[in-house]
Amino acid sequence: MPGNSLPAAVELVRFLPETILVLLGTLIMVLEAVTGDRPKTFLGHLAAAGLGLAACAAVYAHSSPGEAFSGMLVVDGFTTFFRLLVYAVGILTVLSSCQFLTRERANTGEFYALVVFSVAGQSVMVASHELIMIFIGLEISSIATYVLAGFLRDDPRATESAVKYFLLGSFATAFVLYGIAWIYGATGSTELTAIRAAVDTQAGREGAMLAAVAAALMFVGLGFKVSGAPFQMWAPDVYQGAPSPVSAFLSAGPKAAAFAVFLRVFETAFGSIGPLWEPLFWISALLSMTIGNFAALVQGNVKRMLAYSSIAHAGYILVALTARSEVGTAAVMFYLAAYALMNVGAFALLGHLTRKGERFQKVEDLAGLGSAQPLAAALFSIFLLSLIGVPLTAGFFGKFYIFKAALDSGLVWLTVLGLLNSAVGAYYYLRVLVVMYMREASEEVPPVEALSGGLRAALLACSAGTLALGIFPGPVLDFVNRSATLIR
Amino acid sequence: MNTVFFLVFGLIVVVCAINVVVQRHPISSAISLIGVMGSLAIIYLQLGAEFMAAAQIIVYTGAVMVLFIFVIMLLNAGSEEGGKGPLTVRLLGVPLLLVFLGLLSYLIQRLFSDTGPVRFGDFKGGSPADVGRALFSTYLLPFEITSVLILIAILGAIVLARKELD
Repeated sequence: MPGNSLPAAVELVRFLPETILVLLGTLIMVLEAVTGDRPKTFLGHLAAAGLGLAACAAVYAHSSPGEAFSGMLVVDGFTTFFRLLVYAVGILTVLSSCQFLTRERANTGEFYALVVFSVAGQSVMVASHELIMIFIGLEISSIATYVLAGFLRDDPRATESAVKYFLLGSFATAFVLYGIAWIYGATGSTELTAIRAAVDTQAGREGAMLAAVAAALMFVGLGFKVSGAPFQMWAPDVYQGAPSPVSAFLSAGPKAAAFAVFLRVFETAFGSIGPLWEPLFWISALLSMTIGNFAALVQGNVKRMLAYSSIAHAGYILVALTARSEVGTAAVMFYLAAYALMNVGAFALLGHLTRKGERFQKVEDLAGLGSAQPLAAALFSIFLLSLIGVPLTAGFFGKFYIFKAALDSGLVWLTVLGLLNSAVGAYYYLRVLVVMYMREASEEVPPVEALSGGLRAALLACSAGTLALGIFPGPVLDFVNRSATLIR
Repeated sequence: MNTVFFLVFGLIVVVCAINVVVQRHPISSAISLIGVMGSLAIIYLQLGAEFMAAAQIIVYTGAVMVLFIFVIMLLNAGSEEGGKGPLTVRLLGVPLLLVFLGLLSYLIQRLFSDTGPVRFGDFKGGSPADVGRALFSTYLLPFEITSVLILIAILGAIVLARKELD
């Protein structure tokens, strides 16, 4: 026995990215304490560099795929894809928040440490092949994001957002945990392949009902984390109240990780009782798209509109999950990458456009931006066009593959309703574009500063990525198609 | 004898649990919760899971509930005031809860109908040695990762509790 507990070197390599992130977070905390009153922007750059190093480690770990730590962790194409995705979201968030935090006089090292730890939690979630690990990763990621939402403590909107997120988020996590307890009771294991084997032998008999209850409970908890209807209530308030770079992070990182867990748990563990949970996803997908798009139509506040639009996008992704096929899995992965780039870009840029204290969040406050700040307006247009799903942007191919996957699985009605929904969605994004380019700026609103430094770099990277995925989706598609087959 | 013990403490668990929700003063709720935790520990002990029973007492009754009561006293929280919430919640809440509980018990009844009754003290796998061995072999990674979870909780508390920004 004693020999077993010592992990082999290759297992440590497979866990290297998370190790780097935890060390990085600790290092930032220590540096924050010892550098006293010096400006803390360098810690942001350090965090970005460290996340980049972790991404390199993830690529390195990908060269020796397999399980680690008695099946707790698995490194495959799926893991590597989502690891790289959450690290990219982390880097973009950190870069785009330096300027924001300086403006709001809140540029401290703790912010970067929290982002890094949250990314570490998401990284654990996407690499885990065991429910206890998934739960711990989920908690690390969630607790860090609760605090990030309320980071600007003197802003009552941020505090409200943090409290709402914390209360509802903890409630949702309890559902996940309760689901895990049921699964353990039904199958005697928390390891996904073992659960699958147990569910397979029970499938069609009454024993499968127990697994179905567990699946339903986990669906509630994870549905909350991805802001899928009917568990979307928190999203508009939280995204609107949180500091914009944090909203950018929340709408991309934790959501991508939660969808990765959705895929792993439902496709791997509950694959054989698919017909039982498919209706849940069908209904949730339709509700999310409809509620998200129609509520976004009537919003005068751009940040809140983007929050509702993120609910609608969760709905599109749920459509691909409903397809229950490898094409669907690949579509989810591709869409999450596209969505992360365009949505992080949109939220981060909005944080800049709302001026100091985020006071100007209305659609009209963006009037005249096209002539005053051509670069910012052009970047915002790219993100919004991609969110609509206009060809030559990442959003187009994302939606295309999702609806293709749905049609392949015979979900004709869901596809039709989804397409109608994305047509509705075009209206509220275009309205912002019209105001930006066609209206004159009003006198009372102070002018927007020029983009600079890290924010500019992050936004250019987001828009370049959005366009690259829209024009040359080939390499990424190849990779997701190869990884999607590895999930079972 | 065992059955009598089980019925007594099982009854205490249920009554205390209902009391947690019904009471309007947070201290009364917290004390009832201690009753729930303590009686659960005794039921674990009866089944033969000594480690679970000890952990239940030390962690929940000892640490968590003491913290609860400290916080309630620090906040000087009084009894809950105001109405009973929206009409829909009052009308639908209890029936829906009963339906949920009924469904769960029905499922458990149906699914485990072939297993015999529980024999007290029959559970042998939960000794501290077994738990320790599992923690440091199979579950080594989750065990270590939990330290990150605690670290992030401390960091979060510091960020939210500090005096002011800059």
